[in-house]
Amino acid sequence: MSSPLKVRIRTVLKNAGSLQNGVDALPDDADLHAAGLTSHATVSLMLALEEMFDIEFPDRLLGRLTFSSIDAIARALIEIGVQDEAA
Amino acid sequence: MSPWLAAARAVGAEIAARHADDVDLRARFPAEAVTGLRDRQLLGLLVPSTEGGAGAGIADVVSICHELGRYCASTAMVYAMHQIQVACIVRHAGHNPWQRAFLRRLADGQLLLASATSEAGAAGDVRSSICALDEKRGRFTLVKQAPVISYGEESDAILVTARRTAQSPPSDQVIVVVPRSGVELQPQETWNTLGMRGTCSRGYRLTAEGEMSQVIPVPYADVSAQTMLPVSHLVWGALWLGIATDALGRARAFVRAEAKKRPGETPLGAARLAVAVNELQTMKSNLLACLRLYEAAIGSVDGPSAISLAVAMNNLKLGSSQSVVKIVGEAMLICGLAGYRNDSPFSLGRHLRDAHSAAVMVSNDRISANNATLALALRDDLEPLA
Ligand SMILES: Cc1cc2nc3c(=O)[nH]c(=O)nc-3n(C[C@H](O)[C@H](O)[C@H](O)COP(=O)(O)OP(=O)(O)OC[C@H]3O[C@@H](n4cnc5c(N)ncnc54)[C@H](O)[C@@H]3O)c2cc1C
Repeated sequence: MSSPLKVRIRTVLKNAGSLQNGVDALPDDADLHAAGLTSHATVSLMLALEEMFDIEFPDRLLGRLTFSSIDAIARALIEIGVQDEAA
Repeated sequence: MSPWLAAARAVGAEIAARHADDVDLRARFPAEAVTGLRDRQLLGLLVPSTEGGAGAGIADVVSICHELGRYCASTAMVYAMHQIQVACIVRHAGHNPWQRAFLRRLADGQLLLASATSEAGAAGDVRSSICALDEKRGRFTLVKQAPVISYGEESDAILVTARRTAQSPPSDQVIVVVPRSGVELQPQETWNTLGMRGTCSRGYRLTAEGEMSQVIPVPYADVSAQTMLPVSHLVWGALWLGIATDALGRARAFVRAEAKKRPGETPLGAARLAVAVNELQTMKSNLLACLRLYEAAIGSVDGPSAISLAVAMNNLKLGSSQSVVKIVGEAMLICGLAGYRNDSPFSLGRHLRDAHSAAVMVSNDRISANNATLALALRDDLEPLA
């Protein structure tokens, strides 16, 4: 069972990730870049995550690695103080 | 001056300069100059000493491109594109034994590397591929419609981008090193262009095969962001600076000759020359600042973020591709008819035509559009000035 945080990340990813084959079938550790997340879509995803969680990613977390999987996004969000709980 | 730069200057002044007009006129490969660079071991410069190379850095290559650009822009562009490919392998080969052995071969044989990143159908968007690797039992085959492969026929190996598998989305790319023995090039498009005629950037249907270990072991997205994009814009910026420097050199010689004819009078062109010198200074400063930024990025974990680096390098490309056209145009006005003639010591036609390739070589509009997206993610620059 996905954590509440990851459920919320999936919601954002569905709207902003522009992934051809959707998000539902992707495991939390699936490589999002291999699933078709382009660099352009990464920026949209980042902005949508900032809006959803009311945070700002620091410069050092703006690399490709941060957005490489749902797990990686969750780790980054927790690192900058987001709580793993439902909205 | 490093011995490498001195050797490059000799090749530029003594060989490339002599053949530049013929290379341009006949749109032929600058074979004499490239042989000169090869003979002086300048092709394997970036290969680490552990693999038998000179272990030089990007700054050395940047200064050589600038030097060559003063004499023959096509030669400089061939050298620049080759070094971009070498830089990608050096930085991303990791411990892959095939790649390490290839670097050794490159240094021993001073191999010349070409690039097939552009693809028909994907237009100029090099971060998206149509063709894909077809893998079977550790080997791959690949077919790519490549609209432009500079000096493909003269090269010893080609770096080709493709989707990772036939199921992968267009953005999930890899880059693979294919020695010429594993490549078949069916000519499709000729290279009869306004400028950069000596790069012989013909179009081909490329068929390649090899072992999977020839695939650079990190995603092309990383190779592109960390090395190919920044290094391209640095070496291109350097050779465009070389074109602009030589054009202004001709304009300066013209103005000085005028001044000597009429002592005590400031020639008409002097004021324009002063403005163009200012533009050249800006172009050079921008290049050097971006070179330092790139060196900081590869040298430490605290270097600039991926996004600020990309924006800076994109701006370098946009800025210098515009400056070079502007400066050569100013030089033309300063020299007047003498610059406009194709047969005077002040001729600037080749410079101007070569300079116009800069905005087209990865479309400036495409780069501006990428920067517009990146601007949304860019953070305030809090770096202290000094
Ligand atoms: C001298 C030279 C040597 C080259 N050598 C090689 C080589 O060895 N290997 C290789 O692979 N490639 C090579 N190239 C190709 C180069 O890398 C580019 O791919 C190519 O110049 C772009 O082609 P294009 O203008 O047809 O495509 P595009 O980039 O698609 O541009 C076409 C037009 O569409 C517009 N446009 C496109 N996308 C956008 C966008 N997102 N936003 C706004 N406007 C847009 C552009 O402004 C332009 O007017 C070379 C090019 C040159 C000039």
